[in-house]
This record gives sequence, structure tokens and C-alpha cells, in this order.
Amino acid sequence: MRFSIPLTLSLGAVVVAAAVACGGQPAPPPTPAVDSAAIRDSIARAEAARRAREDSIRRAREEAERLAAERRRADSLAMIARETERAKGILAEMINFDFDKSNIRPGDAAKLDRKIALLQANPMLRITITGHCDERGSDEYNLALGNRRALAAKNYMVNRGIAADRIATASRGEEQPLDPARTEAAWERNRRDEFTVSAGGDMLKAPAGM
Amino acid sequence: MSLRPLAVLPLLALVPAVSAAQEPTEGVRVGITYQPGVRPGLLVLGGPRTELLDSVRTIVTRDLEFSDDFEIITLPAEDSLVLGIQTASGTGSEFVNYRLYGALGADFAVRARAEDAGVVAITVYDVRGETVRREFTAGIPVLSDPDFRMATHRMSDEIVRVITGTPGIAATRFLFLQGRRIFRMDADGADVQPVSPDGAAAFSPSWDPRGRRAAYTEFHDGGGYVYLQDLTTGQRLRLSFTQSALNYTPVFSPDGSLFAFSRSDEEGTDVFTYNLASDCCLQRLTSGRFADNLSPTFSPDGRRIAFSSTRSGLPQIYVMSVDGTGQELFAPFDYGVTGSSHAPEWSPDGRSLAFHRDVGGSPQVFVMEVATRTVRQLTSAGRNEDPTWAPDGQHLAFVSDRTGRRQLWVIDLETGRVRQVTRTGEVRLPAWSGRMY
Repeated sequence: MRFSIPLTLSLGAVVVAAAVACGGQPAPPPTPAVDSAAIRDSIARAEAARRAREDSIRRAREEAERLAAERRRADSLAMIARETERAKGILAEMINFDFDKSNIRPGDAAKLDRKIALLQANPMLRITITGHCDERGSDEYNLALGNRRALAAKNYMVNRGIAADRIATASRGEEQPLDPARTEAAWERNRRDEFTVSAGGDMLKAPAGM
Repeated sequence: MSLRPLAVLPLLALVPAVSAAQEPTEGVRVGITYQPGVRPGLLVLGGPRTELLDSVRTIVTRDLEFSDDFEIITLPAEDSLVLGIQTASGTGSEFVNYRLYGALGADFAVRARAEDAGVVAITVYDVRGETVRREFTAGIPVLSDPDFRMATHRMSDEIVRVITGTPGIAATRFLFLQGRRIFRMDADGADVQPVSPDGAAAFSPSWDPRGRRAAYTEFHDGGGYVYLQDLTTGQRLRLSFTQSALNYTPVFSPDGSLFAFSRSDEEGTDVFTYNLASDCCLQRLTSGRFADNLSPTFSPDGRRIAFSSTRSGLPQIYVMSVDGTGQELFAPFDYGVTGSSHAPEWSPDGRSLAFHRDVGGSPQVFVMEVATRTVRQLTSAGRNEDPTWAPDGQHLAFVSDRTGRRQLWVIDLETGRVRQVTRTGEVRLPAWSGRMY
């Protein structure tokens, strides 16, 4: 079936080619001597036209196949990207702290558990935890406090099986507030741990069920 | 205009001019009896008006005011002109009207006049004794010279020394953090210049003992490196032993041989030293596994380091030998009652330790007398934090938000007088230099 159309087309082409070759002149008397060269020529032209059509059809088919493959690849890339995004969303969930405290609040344990699952699903993933403080404490001390907050989250994850060398810690004290306002709500937001990819985060699997 | 001079003329009495400089015996506070709330009156005399001398008089007057050692007598400009030293016509001898100055409340009078090019002569008159206390000259470059202000400040400090026996604190500077950058500024609040480059976030500046270099932290990636920057050339050097982890609050030992700083890493936060003189031997002085130890400050003899530590819960002030032995509580506190204590700085005379302590949710500046370990609170209005000593051990600068924004303030511990130094932006983490000589 696939070849039926090209075949029909090429037969037509021969007829058209012949008509073009002979048209435009008064009907000639039958020629006793067959001009075999002209016939051969006409056949060759018809053949060339047929091949040209075949080529263009093949090219069109190939292009269509290439586009389909590209679409499939793009679809799967988009899927991977979506999953990576979802995984990064799990990683990016911040945890918050009470004033001048570095203990993990009970409500934040679930967030850390999801990050543990994420690290388990992606053995190449390495992360950095950066601790932050509100502006109320002593500027210098807040660097130490931010460090404690980062270490608290790291210890939680290491105690649950994540290799310590996959988690780096840092502190910015009160130097990078999310919200510069001087309100309880702003201070609460600013007392936080941020989690970022430090390596192996180009393609991530979201843990099952998340 | 001419009535005022006439009005004071009856006060004039012919007193022989004293032309030769006299050297009174010097000592601490020679000739001054401090009475509560009474400081010697000081008059900066007018005289020949030139742009340079006017600037010198303005700067010197403010420096002497900021020394908090004197009651500065100020008069409208035209009056102070008339109070200048008169030269008797014909003889060329000078007439110093001690009685007039005394009547105005002056115990001392200061005259500035231009001598040769680039030289200003200062005469300090003892008004009560009706003598010249001292005459000296100082090289003062032209107004446009970048050293003009500092040269004038040095002259002010010498005037204070001539009168009180202890040099003033005008020829000093501040380093501080504003926004993300370190700036330097003269002690009187003038000549603010950026130090750390634009862009990277900087932190915790401090001075080398000679006031020529600044040490500070710059945040990079996950860490904080300490840079040492020459303040004249602007050249800076990243200290190799701070290239990992988060290193901050760098301080030099008084002789410049040792370097101490806080480092936050996986072990917690600890005080480290590094021997700059022999370029070796990074040493961890505290063990921070279960407590944070930070903000080191050297005693002036270089033998002890005070620091803050969370070893008993909230941060409090501790002290240890420079090798890390003999760690003990330094500033007493009531467990469960006293608030967090931070940012200690040992006074240059070794007798006091300043720090800030949380009082009812706001930091306040405290000073502890080292000998008796008696602690007293200096501030109470607003948030007051990060105190830093002037080289005289009598003045403290600190950050206060009492006007609504965090600004630099100075308190004189002897009189309790407080003044605001900066008025723009937000100022943090000030560091007061030694004298710039």
C-alpha cells in the first residue's frame, strides 16, 4: 500500500512527460524510422522526474519522522524537567526556627523527611544548607546561630542515613533577610534554613508518592 | 559692629605679653582639678582670617569639643576675631588679654597662626596663670591635600596633651559596615571613604595596630574569607588560612604578631589564632562541638583573649590565655536572669571590657571593670550595641537606633556625654582605630 501512490504518480509522470514531449505540433505523419534516441531521452526524463518525486516524498517522510522523534524526546525531557522541578520544590522547602533557637520544630520534620527521600532517590545529589537569622540578635553571634541552624538540619538527615559528605553547611546570619520589614511575621520568615543543590541536580527523580 | 569691641574694652588691662614658650611640668591632668560637672573652659582665639586658618580653627574647635575634656567657649565669629591677640603698634610685641579671656570663662586659650608655608603655629595660653603653657608648630598641608584633615587632627590631639597630659583622640578613624560595604571615616564623622569593593558582601571590620590596614570578612559561595587591605594603596590580600569555612571577627594582637578570629564550620563555632609573624600555626583555642565560641578580643598585653561563648546556655563573656588554656567566665551573670552578652572589646588601657548585653529584648552597652569584675550598664534608650574603644580608654563608640535608624554614637565615660557621629544610612559593626601617627 505504501508504494501505490508513488507508483501511480510516476506512471502519470511518464504520460505527462510524453505529452509534453510530443505536444504543440500538428500530428506528424507516421514516421517510418523510429527515433529511438528521443524515446530513450523521454523515458530517462520521466525516470528522473519519478526519482525526484520519490526523493521529495522520502524527505518529507523522514522529516515527519524526525519531528515525531523530536517531539517524543521533548516530551520526555519535559517530563524529566517537570519531575526535576518537583524534586527541587521538595528540596527548596525552607524550615523555620524559634527566636535564638536552632532545634528542628516538630512541624518541620516532615519537610526534612521528604528531603531525605529525595536524597535517597538521587544518589548523585549533593546539597548545601544555609542557616539564616532575624535582625534582632547580635550581628556577629547570628553567624554562629545560622551555622547551628544549618547543622541541626544536617544532623537530622545524617542521623537518618544520609552520608554526611553529601550535605555542606553555611551561614549568612542576618545578612540576607527574605523580608526586610521589622515585624514578627518578617522575623519568623527570616529565621530559616535554605536548601540548595550544590552538585548532581540537573536531572532529579522525585521520590515515589511525592 | 564696633560697639561690641568697645563694650569689652573696659575689661582690657595691659598685661605684658609672654613671648617665650614655657614648659610646665607634665603629668596626668596637670593643673586641672576635676569637679563634678565642671570642666576647664577653653577658648579658641580668632586671628588673621585665611581659608586655611579658618578651617584649622573649625576643625580644632570641634576636636577639642569632642575630647570632652573642656567646656568650649563659643562666641559669634566677629567677636572671636576681636579676641585675637593684638600686636601693639610700633613695638611689634603682642598683647594677650588674659583677664578678658578669664572673664569669658576660659581657663585656657588656643591660638593658631600661619608661620611659614605649610606650617601652623599653635600657642596654648594658661589664662589663670597668665602664661604661655606651650608653643609648638605643626606641618599642615594645603586644604586640598588629602592629609590636611588628619594633620589638623594630630595638632588638636597635641593641644589636648599639652593641657591634660594625655593626647586627644581626634587623629583616629572608624571602620564600619554600611549596606554590604566597609567604609572608613575620620573620628569627627568627616571624610567617609569606601574600603571594601562594591559587590561582594563584607562583614566585621577591624584595624591593624598601626591603623594602616583593615581586616574584614567577605562572603563567597558557602564561606567567608578574611581579607587584609592596605588603606593607602587599596591593595588587598586574602588570608590563605581562611579559605575554607566561614571566618569572621578578625582581630590583631596588640603587637600585630597574632591574628585571632571566629570560624563556623561543621564542628560549630570556635576561636582560632594564626601566627602572622611566622606565617604558621593555625590553632583552635576552643572546642565548639556543643557550644559556640566567637568574637575574640586581646588584652592590651596580648596575653589573654576574651570572647563570647554559649557554653552555659545563652552567650556570655569568657576569658582565656592566648594559648587557649585557663578558660573561665569573665563577666558575671545570673543564670536564667541575665540576657545574652556579646561582642566584647578590651579597652586599650586594659582596665575595662565593653560588650553589649540583652536587657528586656534590647541590647545595651555595658562596661566591666576588669580588676573587680564589676559590671555597669551605660545605655538604656533604644538598641545600643557593638561598643568599640577610643585609644584613650575614656570614650566608647557604639551603634544606636535611638533616632530610629542604626547610627554611630560616642559616649564619654567620664562625663556621660553622648553625641551622634553619623547621620545617613545604617551603620553597623564599628571599629575605632588607634592614634594615626
